[in-house]
Amino acid sequence: MGDSVSWSPPPLIRNPWLRYGLYIGAAIYLSLALGTLHLNWARLAQGLDRGWAFISAFAHPDIAKHGREIFEGFVESLTMTAVATAAGVAISLPVGLGAARNLVPMPVYLLCRGIIAVSRTFPEIIVAILFVKMFGFGPLAGVATLAFATIGFMSKLLAEDIEDIDASQVEAIRATGAGPFQVLNYAVQPQVMARFIGLSVYRLDINFRESAVIGIVGAGGIGATLNTSFERYEFDTAASILLMIIGIVMVTEYASSLVRGRLR
Amino acid sequence: MAIWACWLVTVLALVQCWNILNENTIWDFVYDAPAQAGDLIGRMFPPRWSVLPSLWQPLWDTVNMATLGTLLGVVIGVPVAFLAARNTTPSVLLARPLALTAIVSSRSINALIWALLLVTVLGPGVLAGIIAIGLRSIGFVGKLLYEAIEEVDTKQVEAIEATGASGPQRLIYAIVPQIMPAFAGIAVYRWDINIRESAVLGLVGAGGIGLQLNASVSRLAWPEVTVIFAAILVTVFLSEWVSAQVRKRII
Repeated sequence: MGDSVSWSPPPLIRNPWLRYGLYIGAAIYLSLALGTLHLNWARLAQGLDRGWAFISAFAHPDIAKHGREIFEGFVESLTMTAVATAAGVAISLPVGLGAARNLVPMPVYLLCRGIIAVSRTFPEIIVAILFVKMFGFGPLAGVATLAFATIGFMSKLLAEDIEDIDASQVEAIRATGAGPFQVLNYAVQPQVMARFIGLSVYRLDINFRESAVIGIVGAGGIGATLNTSFERYEFDTAASILLMIIGIVMVTEYASSLVRGRLR
Repeated sequence: MAIWACWLVTVLALVQCWNILNENTIWDFVYDAPAQAGDLIGRMFPPRWSVLPSLWQPLWDTVNMATLGTLLGVVIGVPVAFLAARNTTPSVLLARPLALTAIVSSRSINALIWALLLVTVLGPGVLAGIIAIGLRSIGFVGKLLYEAIEEVDTKQVEAIEATGASGPQRLIYAIVPQIMPAFAGIAVYRWDINIRESAVLGLVGAGGIGLQLNASVSRLAWPEVTVIFAAILVTVFLSEWVSAQVRKRII
């Protein structure tokens, strides 16, 4: 029985030099990164009490104390979400069409891709800071931020969908003597519409989540209420807001998956 | 007919939304927005490049927050994914709903809100940022990974089971090899997103370059803001490039 062979699964990275090099590099990086943490244990110990206070606040969330503010915050957030999604989707239609290489000439393509790149590069919260400076505090800055982010997201995905469409259908419509708008309407639109609607619903869902955040820098919505409640250490109010956000996100996520499922 | 009813409801809702928005907006501020934008751009240029040397440390912190946060998210997210996947969960009645709830809660709350919370609990600093990024990543990693686990090829699982493998052996030899590429892709993709997120976490006090950004914006030092934006942009582009390269190699 001396020649029993033990088998082990092949490693993910085949080259042993690269594999062990990566392990060692990762170890060095980890020790360096952990070394710069500067943990303040006294402050952490103090924080544990507060952490526990917050966790226990989830057991008795308090909506009543600041009920009006919470209600207004959510109405504002939902309003911002709806308007921004509608405006963003409406604007992203022409931009997305212009960014599809198989439909438009090169200059238009570059311009639209440029718009998409600008919109996708900056995190929402930074855009929100700039819009708050421009439009003043309030939900309009939030709407502008969310619409701006929606344009990049929707246009990019729409353009990619259009670039992937079946070219023979476009040719068939063109062969009947159709103009560019007829080609759009009868060859392109039927192929991408279902997915476009699905993506819009998905973006609605994302925009609501983001609307809860951009209030932190003054762009309106529930984020502002949440920020205030943290600053006052009113954990019971904060917990109730967080639970409501989770609840609404669950509902919208379920609804959007339902809509997308029916479209497919 | 139903479609037109849908359109009608949508338009009515939007009009109502616009009314609410209109009430809460001070239009005088909006009318001079173009002037404000011009003023802003005028103030942002020329950039004050002399602040660049003081940005290396915060940038290093930002990358660390993203990396360690991703690590934390992966370490917790992977077991959660195995609990949530229908074909690996120990109990469909108890463990699966719990894991799914954890995933949804983590996904629905943005890293900035987690950071806001953790800064009040743990005090400002990089640690709050790492945990915030980690908590947000659990849901992302968990969701994508459990979907990958549910889609594994059942033939390989059956083949391993036919050799008399135990539960853990079934996981290691039949399921893990199949989801490994997906897992690596998900982790790198999340890391890339986390770089973006950790760049702004400082706005609520959680360390990194966002802290500098917040300080400069509060002092209205717009020439410095330009430099910080540039630093964030370059970092984001680099991380996107790295992540794209790694994912290309894997897939």
